[in-house]
Amino acid sequence: MSDASLAADALPVGRPTGHRTVARGESAVVRVVLIGVGLGFLALFLALPLAIVFLEAFARGWGAYRAGIADPDSLSAIQLTLLVAAITIPINVVVGIAGAWAVAKHEFRGKSVLVSLIDLPFSVSPVIAGLVYVLLFGAQGYLGPFLKSQGLQIIFALPGIVLATLFVTFPFIARELIPHMQALGNADEEAALTLGASPWRTFLMVTLPNIKWSLLYGVLLCNARAMGEFGAVAVVSGKIRGLTTTMPLHVEILYNEYMSVAAFAVASLLALLALVTLAAKTFLEWRYADEIVATRRH
Amino acid sequence: MHQLAGNKVIAKLFTGAAFLLCFLVIAGGVRAQTELLNVSYDPTRELYRELNAAFIAEWNAANPKKISGIRQSHGGSGSQARAVIDGLNADVVTLALAGDIDAIAQRTTKLPKDWQTRLPHNASPYTSTIVFLVRKGNPKGVKDWSDLVKPGIEVITPNPKTSGGARWNYLAAWAYAEKAFNKDEAKVRDYISKLLSNVPVLDTAARGATTTFTQRGIGDVFLSWENEAFLALAEFGADKFEIIVPSISILAEPPVAVVDGNVDAKGTRAEAEAYLRFLYTPRAQAIIAKNHYRPREPQHADPKDVAKFPKATLVTIDEVFGGWAKAQPTHFGDGGTFDQLYKPGR
Repeated sequence: MSDASLAADALPVGRPTGHRTVARGESAVVRVVLIGVGLGFLALFLALPLAIVFLEAFARGWGAYRAGIADPDSLSAIQLTLLVAAITIPINVVVGIAGAWAVAKHEFRGKSVLVSLIDLPFSVSPVIAGLVYVLLFGAQGYLGPFLKSQGLQIIFALPGIVLATLFVTFPFIARELIPHMQALGNADEEAALTLGASPWRTFLMVTLPNIKWSLLYGVLLCNARAMGEFGAVAVVSGKIRGLTTTMPLHVEILYNEYMSVAAFAVASLLALLALVTLAAKTFLEWRYADEIVATRRH
Repeated sequence: MHQLAGNKVIAKLFTGAAFLLCFLVIAGGVRAQTELLNVSYDPTRELYRELNAAFIAEWNAANPKKISGIRQSHGGSGSQARAVIDGLNADVVTLALAGDIDAIAQRTTKLPKDWQTRLPHNASPYTSTIVFLVRKGNPKGVKDWSDLVKPGIEVITPNPKTSGGARWNYLAAWAYAEKAFNKDEAKVRDYISKLLSNVPVLDTAARGATTTFTQRGIGDVFLSWENEAFLALAEFGADKFEIIVPSISILAEPPVAVVDGNVDAKGTRAEAEAYLRFLYTPRAQAIIAKNHYRPREPQHADPKDVAKFPKATLVTIDEVFGGWAKAQPTHFGDGGTFDQLYKPGR
């Protein structure tokens, strides 16, 4: 259906009216096929699954949907997920800015090591990330006896879940900031320092406003991953219903208990989160377009 | 102007996040009452939901120190034992087989080695067995263990390394083969190896395997806990699947134990011990039968629930395999018979 309308749009351009087609080196048919394949792929692997999540969630009406979410275990999963995100994001913001600042604005020995370390969580499987924390903080782990003597529970409790989430979400903000900060260069900061501003004031008044949009994108991405992480959290969670199950874990538990409406109801909240993130990003880009262009210097 | 507006938006976002954080921390800190954590194996979700409600009502009616709730954690029996070893703060463990609780007793100091003698019936308040679940009408004509090794039959079973049910499956198949081939070990190994080569996918736990068979429609026969097979019939309707009872199977005794080290640290010993003793009461035995597990004392259960359990020839782990302490390392330890005979990707 969409292929037909695409063809209608594309054909007049593709006709041999001038040298554009030749210059692009591709025929109208190729373009239609490429766009068609792209759209078809998006529809099949993104739009359809998303639609199914909501269809399944509302399969037995609004009442069943609400009951699925209002269940105390679901509510506590939602609360835990929000709490984990609310702890991880501020930490990642501070550490991410510090890391990006160090990498983008300074030259020092071992810089490439730091960059690789920042990227490490991207290349390590989340399951490994979780297991590492179990080996470190578990009862049989290196720090286990010490933690036990202090009465501290890290693994199978909130701190473990936060640590695992921190690990997998750490690169998002730094990775978003580094190229932007590098592109901006040091000129603005040097000017501020020359005019007598203190380094801290330079950071607050010059650097931070310059990077705020990439920072915000980083936060949005980081948030989406923090709320959606499954693998690393599954390893350290202990899967105690209503206590250490985050939303993604709770979705799996509900699905395995044949409560598919409740499972998809909670899943639909996660899907909504993705849609809201996307909408927020689009809105900010639209609302502050000129400013983004100005600071990004594209 | 725009610059300022953008700053304000971001400032508001962060202030909002900070408030949310405070609220969540406060809301999270409010609940602190006596709570038990039952770390269990995979298929008992529905069973303990019902048992827990009954026990809490009974305990709170008789005791001034109330129990606010019993938390549940479910997963493959082996992985759950691993989590308790790694520090999951279980008051009681209710696992699929004694070998997994033995592992906790061996690797930690939280449990005495003789834990299984502390409660009646080998500390197993109910039993179960392994049956075959096939699609309605039994299109592949699966009648007994010998049919599972025929070419073109797809067998669904979880991974014995992580799942307790899968270990019972494996041993039931082994017990059949020992009897069929008159203890000729080469033939027994050949049979098990052929059986495993008919398994397309090994899920980590029983419920995942049930989902693979029932909802994803993979496989011709599912080696299943009897209770899980009955539950699948109840969930999806008896017009979709049927249960086949093989000529010989194994008596599965899923045991329970209080984790001494944890209850003493938390001060919940009285509650935890009462909870496990409750599982042997007439009321709990009736709930157990209703949830498709074989009660130890069937006289207390609804006769209708008891009548549904088919008569089956059941061997025990002690008589065929010399108990879990011997069966576990021989068959499922690193380099055991499962490792020798399972060749994935064939």
